[in-house]
Amino acid sequence: MNKKKLCKIFLSTLYLSSFTFGGGYVIVTLLKKKFVDELHWIDQKEMLDLVAIAQSSPGAIAVNGAVVVGYKLAGIPGILCAVAGAVIPPFVLLTIISFFYNAFRENLLIQAMLNGMKAGVGAVIISVVYDMGSDVVKEKDPMLLILMAASFLAAYYYHVNVIFIILAAALAGTGKTILRKLRSEAKL
Amino acid sequence: MIFIRLFWAFFKIGAFSFGGGYAAMPLIKQQIIVQYQWLTLNDFTDLITISQMTPGPIAINSATFVGNQIAGIPGAFFATLGCILPSCLFVTFLSWAYNRYRNLSLLQDILGSLRPAVVSMIAVAGIDILLPAIFPSGSISFSQGQWKLRPVIYFIIAIFLLRKKKDPIMVMVLCGIAELAVQLIAPGV
Repeated sequence: MNKKKLCKIFLSTLYLSSFTFGGGYVIVTLLKKKFVDELHWIDQKEMLDLVAIAQSSPGAIAVNGAVVVGYKLAGIPGILCAVAGAVIPPFVLLTIISFFYNAFRENLLIQAMLNGMKAGVGAVIISVVYDMGSDVVKEKDPMLLILMAASFLAAYYYHVNVIFIILAAALAGTGKTILRKLRSEAKL
Repeated sequence: MIFIRLFWAFFKIGAFSFGGGYAAMPLIKQQIIVQYQWLTLNDFTDLITISQMTPGPIAINSATFVGNQIAGIPGAFFATLGCILPSCLFVTFLSWAYNRYRNLSLLQDILGSLRPAVVSMIAVAGIDILLPAIFPSGSISFSQGQWKLRPVIYFIIAIFLLRKKKDPIMVMVLCGIAELAVQLIAPGV
């Protein structure tokens, strides 16, 4: 029975990872559909918390989603099966692409196509930034706006290492939480 | 040793990319182009394009691609392993802590303050892809021969289509086909 379950976990993440375009948030929704609505292995409310864990951890959300679901269903063996399923499709596909990339890049027509697509990729990224940035602005928290401006300046003009920017922002978040806790305790 | 360096570079990428998807992009750029110089900016841009068009996370795709380019399939294996290991450790720890305490508020507070920083860094990575497409010489100048009109047109049309909720893959392919058509009709323009 356990072996059958592990197999099912592996095949589910393998399938989702092979055919899901559109990034981590899409795959997390599909994981929910599969394991909550279809297999009834996890209940709805717990799944919401698992998704929150997957989204707030570092790394690819698809992999994180596989880890939380695998751990919940079958502990460490579950994690191994789920993660293997999630990673094998991109690994195989990109290995094949990498193998042909250098030959492809010499081809003038493919060069033209890739060059044209650069402007498109730039547009996709700027559009994502616009959506994410609007969400931050909507929170109407001056500290978040200052953080956004400061990290842009640090990354664009001063070429500060990304890792330091992330650490500084995490530190600011921790400070804010501690301040709020102190304030609410002072009120009591 | 190259395998250890690949593993370590992608371990850092895996450990510090908060927010999923595009959040890994600035880190990949920092490690792969600036620090280790494994890819040129041009290769990196192609890699992001390929990642957009294939399923699978940008970070995993990059690890497999860079690993393969630098040290073949074993290289890809170590880079990919480095990329997923921090996730596995961190998420397993959190899942365990969640089972015990059922409380995620501090973590979500920290994530809330990471988001604006991540948005800005993605913006910078996007600008770094877009500007070289428009200004091939590297300096931002609108004098004759220093900039290209076509990428600007593709960009404006792409933004318009994306705001109309068109599929990003379709929009990118359209930009590629447009340039392909131009090159077929008038090579070397």
